[in-house]
Amino acid sequence: MLFYRRHRKPGVKGWELRKVLGSDYPKVLKIVDDYLKALDLQVKTVFEEEKQVEKPSLEELDKARFYVTLRGELTPKEAKMIGWRIDDLAGLATTIAHVISKKGKAPRKEVEEMLRDKLPGWKVGFNIDRYIRYGYLTQDENEQLYLDWRTRAEVDQKALIDLLLSK
Amino acid sequence: MQSKRERAKTGREKLQHIIETCKSIEDRSLDPFLIDVNEIISTVKEYFPEWEIPDDLCLDAETIHRLASVIKLQSEWVRHRSTSLYTDPFLLEEKLNRLGKEEIIEVFVSAWHPIVEFEQISLHSLAEAFRYWESLLPMKERWKEFPPAEFERSLATREELIRQRILRDKAFSEELETFWQELKSQVETKGENGKIHYWDFVGAETYDETVHKAFMTSFLITYGYATLEIHPLEEEIFIKPYEKQMAKIGKKQLVSIPIAVSAEDWMKWKRGELK
Repeated sequence: MLFYRRHRKPGVKGWELRKVLGSDYPKVLKIVDDYLKALDLQVKTVFEEEKQVEKPSLEELDKARFYVTLRGELTPKEAKMIGWRIDDLAGLATTIAHVISKKGKAPRKEVEEMLRDKLPGWKVGFNIDRYIRYGYLTQDENEQLYLDWRTRAEVDQKALIDLLLSK
Repeated sequence: MQSKRERAKTGREKLQHIIETCKSIEDRSLDPFLIDVNEIISTVKEYFPEWEIPDDLCLDAETIHRLASVIKLQSEWVRHRSTSLYTDPFLLEEKLNRLGKEEIIEVFVSAWHPIVEFEQISLHSLAEAFRYWESLLPMKERWKEFPPAEFERSLATREELIRQRILRDKAFSEELETFWQELKSQVETKGENGKIHYWDFVGAETYDETVHKAFMTSFLITYGYATLEIHPLEEEIFIKPYEKQMAKIGKKQLVSIPIAVSAEDWMKWKRGELK
């Protein structure tokens, strides 16, 4: 259930796990997480609220979504091997960092302008649409960009900002 | 001394201005502390006794509603600044501009843990799909529940077909001939040495018109009414009309020349930056 995709999204909701495994499913997830350690994978919990919850209640867990993600870090070479061009990945990192610094919401035009500094103009809009399609970003009717489910599942936002600032 | 009517008018304008300011703060992610909440509240209070008709009361309510949204943004702003995720956007932008692509990637991959997922079908879903297929009624049986819709039929006039763009106002050949004459006259007035810059000819007031002219120009060239002269080093393209339509040159290999007519190029041409 954790590995398969439902409609567009991978992962599974807490209430779906409860239906199948019973109310002790958080314990099962803990065991799965320990088991995945050897494979350098982990069970990642993404709560409905954007921030991480210290001691989640069963209700909060039911509404959360669980994914399996890589536990360790990739090298830039490995990132290329899983199908990302260096330009596109740098554009994604820049966009995410910018949106975080703007309290999770930034005008698309502003992001495009920033990316245009280092990427060819024709590619900028195309790339942002791709980040939206993959679920890293979402856009509202006023062309404001927000971080979407995939960024919340895959990116350690605090680590990203700290690392960027320490460079 | 202002009359009651004038005072109400000034009040409405002020409230409208407050609403617009609050809206732009919400929509454009501006600093919510740009507005002085106390001053706005005193303005709202000051004009409140003037409101008598429902429209004015609605305006008053909307002002309060917009102000409340901005106060909410102010509270989020304070909360965000107090979290560990707060970073000065200018400082971060500066860092991002300074770092090379490789360095950005190096940082990103340290904070990035991609999701691992399967894209293959499972035995369980195959079995489920098979059960569904077995219980699925044939199309013939499912469709007979919906009788075909009845359409009213009548004759369409030529004007209606033109309006729906099924027929054209003029025959295409006639349109092409007119367009050819237009090219020749433009070469005479604006061109040099019997030719004209491509964009000077196809460029028009609107982008739609420009695309249409580029489309027609491609037919002028294909059908031998004009030719293209390309100077690759100078990156210049000229159109040269023929005096008479040229017959296809039998054995000569025909080449296709793609010319992009993007909205961006059209804007550049409008600004005089493109030839």
